[in-house]
Amino acid sequence: MKNQIDLQRFEIRFSGLGGQGIITLGRVMGAGLALGHGYNVTQTQSYGPEARGGSSRCDLVISTERISFPKAENLDLLVALSQEACNTYYPYLKQGGVLVLESDLVAQPPTNHYLALPFTRMAKDKIGVPQAMNTIVLGALSRLLPFARQTVMRKSMEEALPAKIRAVNVKAFNLGFREARKHFGETPAAWEAMAAEAEKLEKKAKPAAQKKK
Amino acid sequence: MPRRKKHKEIFAQGNEAVVEGALMAGCSFYGGYPITPSSEIMEIMANRLPLTEDGVFIQLEDEIASMGAVIGASLAGRKAMTATSGPGFSLKQENLGYACMAEAPLVLVNVMRGGPSTGLPTSPAQGDVQQARWGTHGDHPIIVLSASDVQECLEMSITAFNMAEKYRTPVILLIDEITAHTREKIKIPHPNEYEVVSRIVPSMPPEWYKPFEETVRGVAPMPPLGSGYRFHVTGLTHDVNGFPTSRPDEVVDLMERLHRKIDQFFYDIQLYEELQTDDAEVVVIAYGSVARSAEYAVLQAREAGVKAGLLKLKTLFPYPRRATEKILGQAGRLVVPEMNMGQMSREVKRVACGRASIRTINRIDGQIIAPSEILKVIMQG
Repeated sequence: MKNQIDLQRFEIRFSGLGGQGIITLGRVMGAGLALGHGYNVTQTQSYGPEARGGSSRCDLVISTERISFPKAENLDLLVALSQEACNTYYPYLKQGGVLVLESDLVAQPPTNHYLALPFTRMAKDKIGVPQAMNTIVLGALSRLLPFARQTVMRKSMEEALPAKIRAVNVKAFNLGFREARKHFGETPAAWEAMAAEAEKLEKKAKPAAQKKK
Repeated sequence: MPRRKKHKEIFAQGNEAVVEGALMAGCSFYGGYPITPSSEIMEIMANRLPLTEDGVFIQLEDEIASMGAVIGASLAGRKAMTATSGPGFSLKQENLGYACMAEAPLVLVNVMRGGPSTGLPTSPAQGDVQQARWGTHGDHPIIVLSASDVQECLEMSITAFNMAEKYRTPVILLIDEITAHTREKIKIPHPNEYEVVSRIVPSMPPEWYKPFEETVRGVAPMPPLGSGYRFHVTGLTHDVNGFPTSRPDEVVDLMERLHRKIDQFFYDIQLYEELQTDDAEVVVIAYGSVARSAEYAVLQAREAGVKAGLLKLKTLFPYPRRATEKILGQAGRLVVPEMNMGQMSREVKRVACGRASIRTINRIDGQIIAPSEILKVIMQG
């Protein structure tokens, strides 16, 4: 399929507290990558019996091939939105994997190789809705992941949400994307090959689009 | 040549796919009581059924009543279903026996969670396998199916309805929490790509009709209640007219027919998939979400040069004996991973009769069996 780079089991884990919207985040991102980009994606979840508090976790496996085992084991990207989640899942991050943290909620990062933004504070101060925190993360990741395209992810998010909260979430998504561009810097070293491939595809796609006009 | 229309794709959970499949198969009644991790089936049914032409959705006071309502709807001519999990499945057992005796076609989905009792509500397990087979009392035949990924949930949901209608029997679809809550991209088949079977209704004049008559297939025609055909339904052992009897000859006729209607169609009912079993020396027998771990492990073992294969069971009961026999002819070692203390490996051992060495991998901590655990056992040689 076009607009797709070759991916072999790229594994993402979102983790944090129940009520932070972690499973919704995984679902929206999974739908974007599966339906918008055409990858094979499995999204699995694990949560405690509590409605709020407790721990929550959501795994995404993304691949161009058929995915047999649906859970994540060797993480390429770990998003930890609480200190406990960070402590629990950091050991599963693979060599060169990327760690994204909520800088206010994770006071002790386990390593100096991490990317962090105060997602919850941003949601409260700049969007006015603390619940929009997960959408800010989605926006930031759309910038960070070389194979995710901003427009496709945003469209997928809009389709997944009810009309009355759509505008607020688009605002949050764009904020996350902007902040990530400002603070996350260049593509992480381990993903450079992927980014190069994605760029090549983009260049190839563009002249074709112009010809059509 | 007309261009093939593209399939509609959705990113959905196993539970959503079960509903999707049920509606495609013509399900028009759902009577339920919600329980994690099967609640989504009920929620989505509550949304979708009222939008269909004649769909009816009822939430009842408990699982016992919901099973009763489903049997009633089935006798009234509806394709009916309900879904539950662990504790609810236990409550449904008595009426499940009634459905076997009354030969009411229905589909009962059980999303397995950790047990016994309330157990681990949000964690996966496969502990209800033998309960699905023997949970209700008495010598009853039953069909138990399973699904391992989201696309299969849709397909097996359709298959479950088809088998229920074809054989006038309750069909249990066993999935586990992982399959039920995994989201994947699935293709919605076009209406001409899947089969929909409906029960045979009587064509003779009503006064000639015998509700539990002996037929070649062992399955008698079934009219909807209220259509002019009068018949009596009871849980007591009954004669061809549906009235209680304890005459040994009539009892034997009924019981043998109940078993025969399933037994003589094993070839149609026993579904399985094979992966690289042709030359395999070690074969993993798995079902449900564990079959996905097994598939990953088998492919890794092949890369390492070990002749491994996978037999994935889609029908759990009646146990696919012939598929297992075929493998026993060539593979010396079998591995049976499952998220219980060894409920399906009993069946494998029963069929194998010591003809192969059988290793079991059991996990009961609410975690899935990882591919690495299965690979380790495959490689141990």
